[in-house]
Amino acid sequence: MSLLEVESLHAGYGPVNVLEDVSFTVREGETVALLGANGAGKTTTLRAICNMITPRGKVTIDGRDATRTSTEKIVKLGVAHVPEGRGTFVPLTVEENLRLGAYARRNGGLRESMARVFELFPRLEERRHQRAGTLSGGEQQMLAIGRALMLKPKLMLLDEPSLGLAPKLVSELFKRLRQIKEEEGTALLIVEQNANLVLEFADAAHVLETGRVVLSGTATEVSSDESMRKAYLGY
Amino acid sequence: MARFIETLIDGIATGSIYGALALALVLIYRSTGIVNFAQGEMAMFSTFVAWSLVEAGIPVGLAVLITLVLSMAGGMVIERALIRPVEGSQELTLVTVTLGLFILVNGLARWIWGSTNRGFPSLFPDDSVSVGGVGTSLESLGLVAILLGVVGVLYLIFQRTKLGLAMRAAAVDQGASRLVGVPVGRMLMIGWGLAAVCGALAGVLVAPRLFLDPNLMGPVIIYSFAAATLGGFDSPFGAVLGGWIIGIAEALAGGYVDFIGQDLKILVPLIVILSVLLVRPHGLFGSPEVARA
Repeated sequence: MSLLEVESLHAGYGPVNVLEDVSFTVREGETVALLGANGAGKTTTLRAICNMITPRGKVTIDGRDATRTSTEKIVKLGVAHVPEGRGTFVPLTVEENLRLGAYARRNGGLRESMARVFELFPRLEERRHQRAGTLSGGEQQMLAIGRALMLKPKLMLLDEPSLGLAPKLVSELFKRLRQIKEEEGTALLIVEQNANLVLEFADAAHVLETGRVVLSGTATEVSSDESMRKAYLGY
Repeated sequence: MARFIETLIDGIATGSIYGALALALVLIYRSTGIVNFAQGEMAMFSTFVAWSLVEAGIPVGLAVLITLVLSMAGGMVIERALIRPVEGSQELTLVTVTLGLFILVNGLARWIWGSTNRGFPSLFPDDSVSVGGVGTSLESLGLVAILLGVVGVLYLIFQRTKLGLAMRAAAVDQGASRLVGVPVGRMLMIGWGLAAVCGALAGVLVAPRLFLDPNLMGPVIIYSFAAATLGGFDSPFGAVLGGWIIGIAEALAGGYVDFIGQDLKILVPLIVILSVLLVRPHGLFGSPEVARA
């Protein structure tokens, strides 16, 4: 069964329609890349899944119709969203940010999860009592991913995790994401401009163009597609 | 010297009342970005509720406790019913709504209890203690103790509980809070509830010193606005300290500056508000800019 099913999703801002009939699925433990140019509707898709904007169409999470489920309840279904701009609580400490990540968790095990986050991102442990606003951009992105992990999510939505980071940090970050996929078994839905990097470890990919899925397939299929290569991969 | 210290203690005691109401203003401003002009009237209404309970034969201490619980609920209902629909509106809309709330609560109190002056019993025994020639009433000491108690409880809630952490998160960034599963609406309701409790405390503490009537909080709210402005509208610590500074300034000006005396001392908070806004608009402990996403 699919963990996330998106069926003919339409969404937009006010009178402006951004998504026109977007459909795809994410299976348990699977990593799916959502690719496309600026303005193609990638971020909007993630927002619509979390009901940050009200979509038309159907979103099913873990077998439950979640199209009309509020953002905070969707978190309870095990979906952690690492939003554009990271959503860091700047005046709160690193540890408080992490504890907030576990807010919607019903079971215990908070301590273990935090230990796991610190294992993946040792920098965060060094800075656990610092205000999150004092962290560098890369550290804040680690914090955002660490906070999402605190939910022990079934599915993690990542909105351009590489945005604004130095290349060295980006490859480090993607190593960790791969580790999360392999060791935690978390399903990942990753929006990225940096297509090469995601396609290296994604299972499937979908390419959006002006609000429609124009190409879908396994990561290998998509990365070998000629039009795709020319348009997004640059070779 | 003894007189000076007595004036000082008196100022801190009065300032504690301003601090409690300023805390209420700050709690709401921090979480919803709204300056609640009706805070004083809500406090007055709570005080009337306490008065009614006392009149019904309930001991004053218990009556106040019941009132605090009712105020919590009342604050939450007001947020849900009146504030939620205009949440995120322009400032002018929000100001108008809280001014409307001011008139509504004031009118409601007149309708229920009338406009006559009533006496309100003090929570403290009418006694005084004297240490080294400096005399002070038990009431003054009690006022300071209660405010410190309130601050302590609020600190524990905000810093040590999951609820408090979620409330702080909701005050910082509502969108990001929803994304971690914090029910932002409920946090705002609780914020209004806690504010109503602080306001109610200010009301029942000041009422024995004045007369209880629907205009009870008129003078107090001015001083509390000055306290919150001075301390910084988003800093609970600043609100308390601001309350004390205003209380001391008022007492000293009233007691030592002849031409001010008792009649003109209302000028003190106004001068403070004006100077703070001119020199340091974010107050002593406030954040310089409040960027809301």
